Amino acid sequence: MSDIALTVNGKRISGAAEDRTLLVHFLRENLGLTGTHVGCDTSQCGACIVHVDGKAVKSCTMLAVQASGSSIVTIEGLANGADLHPVQAAFKEHHGLQCGFCTPGMIMTAIDMIARHPEGLDEATVRAELEGNICRCTGYHNIVKAILAASKTMSKGSKGKVKKAA
Amino acid sequence: MGIEGIGARVARKEDRRFITGAGRYVDDMVVPGMKHAAFVRSPHAHAQIKKIDVRQAQAMPGVIGVLTGKELKADGIGNLICGWMIHSKDGTPMKMGAWSPLAFDKVRYVGDAVAIVVAETKGQARDAAEAVEVTYKELKAVVDASKALEKGAPQIHPEAENNLIFDWELGDSQATDAAIKASAHVTRMKIVNNRLVPNAIEPRAALGYYDRAEDHYTCWTTSQNPHLARLVMSAFYNVAPENKLRVIAPDVGGGFGSKIYIYPEEIVCLWASKKTGVPVKWVADRTESFLSDAHGRDHVSTVEMAFDKNNRITGLKVDTIANLGAYMSLFSSCVPTYLYATLLSGQYNIPAIHANVRAVYTNTAPVDAYRGAGRPEATYLVERTMETAARELGVSPAELRRTNFISSFPHQTPVIMNYDAGNYAASLDAAMKVSDYAGFSVRKAAAAKKGKLRGIGMSCYIEACGLAPSAAVGSLGAGVGLWESAEVRVNAVGTIEVLTGSHSHGQGHETTFAQLVNQRFGVPIDSVSIVHGDTDKVQMGMGTYGSRSGAVGMSAVAKALDKVEAKAKKIAAHLLEADEGDIVIENGALKVTGTDKSVPWFQMALAAYTAHNLPGGMEPGLKETSFYDPSNFTFPAGCYICEVEIDPETGMTEIVQFVAADDFGNIINPMIVEGQVHGGIAQGVGQALLEGAYYDASGQLLTASYMDYTMPRADDLPSFKVSTSNTPCPGNPLGIKGCGEAGAIGSPPAVINAITDAIGINDIAMPASPSTVWAAIRATKH
Repeated sequence: MSDIALTVNGKRISGAAEDRTLLVHFLRENLGLTGTHVGCDTSQCGACIVHVDGKAVKSCTMLAVQASGSSIVTIEGLANGADLHPVQAAFKEHHGLQCGFCTPGMIMTAIDMIARHPEGLDEATVRAELEGNICRCTGYHNIVKAILAASKTMSKGSKGKVKKAA
Repeated sequence: MGIEGIGARVARKEDRRFITGAGRYVDDMVVPGMKHAAFVRSPHAHAQIKKIDVRQAQAMPGVIGVLTGKELKADGIGNLICGWMIHSKDGTPMKMGAWSPLAFDKVRYVGDAVAIVVAETKGQARDAAEAVEVTYKELKAVVDASKALEKGAPQIHPEAENNLIFDWELGDSQATDAAIKASAHVTRMKIVNNRLVPNAIEPRAALGYYDRAEDHYTCWTTSQNPHLARLVMSAFYNVAPENKLRVIAPDVGGGFGSKIYIYPEEIVCLWASKKTGVPVKWVADRTESFLSDAHGRDHVSTVEMAFDKNNRITGLKVDTIANLGAYMSLFSSCVPTYLYATLLSGQYNIPAIHANVRAVYTNTAPVDAYRGAGRPEATYLVERTMETAARELGVSPAELRRTNFISSFPHQTPVIMNYDAGNYAASLDAAMKVSDYAGFSVRKAAAAKKGKLRGIGMSCYIEACGLAPSAAVGSLGAGVGLWESAEVRVNAVGTIEVLTGSHSHGQGHETTFAQLVNQRFGVPIDSVSIVHGDTDKVQMGMGTYGSRSGAVGMSAVAKALDKVEAKAKKIAAHLLEADEGDIVIENGALKVTGTDKSVPWFQMALAAYTAHNLPGGMEPGLKETSFYDPSNFTFPAGCYICEVEIDPETGMTEIVQFVAADDFGNIINPMIVEGQVHGGIAQGVGQALLEGAYYDASGQLLTASYMDYTMPRADDLPSFKVSTSNTPCPGNPLGIKGCGEAGAIGSPPAVINAITDAIGINDIAMPASPSTVWAAIRATKH
């Protein structure tokens, strides 16, 4: 067992977990943050993506103990009460989700992608950078649309400067 | 069309919970005292079980129980069944082998479950599962269906001699042979439809909870049809009587057919919960899903399509071998028969058709319905053959299709189906226009200058959806009826709950079903709740598959709404002292037509429940139920055109344009319909270019992870150009045909027709991966 202390969605958390516990299982099972999902066991599907110190990370590739001392943002930490994050709002507006299972990972990836491209995004870039996220429902069409729209909204909102989400 | 009514592009009500991480899937469920399960699975494709020693596993940390098939049998848990009886052409019933939820004498595929371990944590359960010692005597395995039929092939089930489950036929053999003999031209092909893994991103999961105080079971499961799960687990598997079993399918992360069936795991988790005295949760990992989810497709066929001198089809003869895997899954038998051969007429006038289908056991995962289920196999066969025929006859693919289109309705095909309505030329015209088909040669020449091979391919598909008229499917062997139920509860304040037997796992029912209510009564969709997926809440239903929720599920809602409307009008007429025939519902109020007299919807609802002033003899309350049984299948159809560019140096295929023109009848929410088409196309393109489940000769699945099985990713696909031309379906009150499967049905032949056009060959295997395409290009040069 290892002691783990980290910040999750702005709250300081301390706990203990078996050494082999993956970050995704710590978030889901110890903290009850079940919005982060597990869709595979080879770090391919991206349903488990969270932000670790501001970067999109597959939380199934990381031990919980490795995340000790980090600041984590999960899908539950994005909306401010009733106010959705612009990427969440864009996914809803553009029907960028169907069953919703890959959606949290898609949204976390999209926020990271938009933050890394303050100059704006085009379709080819979005498609290339979604390489680590698998969706079986949407054919990606509306996910791409939603990310492009959110990128535009966010660059307008910050007058060209995109704030890092985490 | 109101802003929230039929035809409105309303954003989905259910989205908020999914985009904020508040969705509730089976793996998110926690029950007090809950423990975790891992299954011990066979590493061999075919072996006798000599001995299972659980002592070491039993003694490991955290282990609560290790249970095997012998104990399961001793407790009287029944074998899994296939619920659709098919008779061979000699009249004998299909040869169904025994499938115990935990194998106890023999394993028949890699992944066959032999024991369950229940432990405090998931990790402990998995550690202990590895410590269960199973002694096997390996047997020779067979994975290829044709080889399984050969003399001397390994015998998989004693019930099915030579692994033949049935040898079935449909159509007129003699007439078809005569047509072929008398024809001016015959196109012959061998058509292989590759095996796929459905791959819903949420892995299957089950949580079984036995409540000793109530002697009652609850099962949370990743199901497309929880009521059917309850029925089958009660009636056939002896888990518990229906009144003692509640099945809940909460948010479900995609299904695509693979979550229709009742699998061993949910049965075993329920049974194990009673045995161990703790709630038992099992969640598949991805490799487990690859090994044990029902796979799709896997047909090998030969086809002869005959034409007269005017290029009209005179006959179609098909011989198919369908690989059903190691056990007969719940609906496996109907997929290569009544969902396949009945669609072989395609969109065409074909006077004579004959299909022969042999279904075969192999040492592979069970095969059942996967998005489209039989109809993609039929469409692929017909549309690949049409394309080749056009090339052989020297006519354009569009004209050959147009020459043979069915244009008057209703149309009786020689293979059971009676097409009720359609306009196939309209879809073809629309797709050709959007794709600028006429300008293709210019684009091809431009690509050639860049050293690329450009090709164009089309596919004119038809499917039978809205599954299905109960009496009709009953006469064909189905063990269930395929009606749907709805209950509409108008609350005393006028808000509405709709209880439906349909199940939403991505389709957006919480929005579209509410739109239907809005259309009828003007109640805002936020005041309408859709309740589904729980056998304690919804009495009975048949679930969601076969593009049936709109055509059948919503029709049931519409029928219940009719009854609500009739009673509401009676109440309003009484309150307004008017004739009920003069009452109309507009803008959330019941009005006396031609006057300014009206009563708001909520006031009428309140009156129904206060019951102070109701018409004489009327019962209080406002709640109505309907069971709707369709009178026919529905027949969505359309035309897909795919354009590809191939790099001859690498064999990489890029889809440069994909156009879909579909006829789905009336549409409730175009945004959701388009989303269904996008997703279907992606799966069809996946089949054509990327996906394939491969077993080696010993029965090991080589493609059991996302590292090995190529899922379509965002950069494998273009944005799609989709449109609809709507011929309302005359068979149901809403005129809906269904849209869930079309994309997966129509797209594979369009992609392969484009690739073969680009390379200048008549056939290429799916998936047309870069190495396959590269080799095909090389072969044309030698």
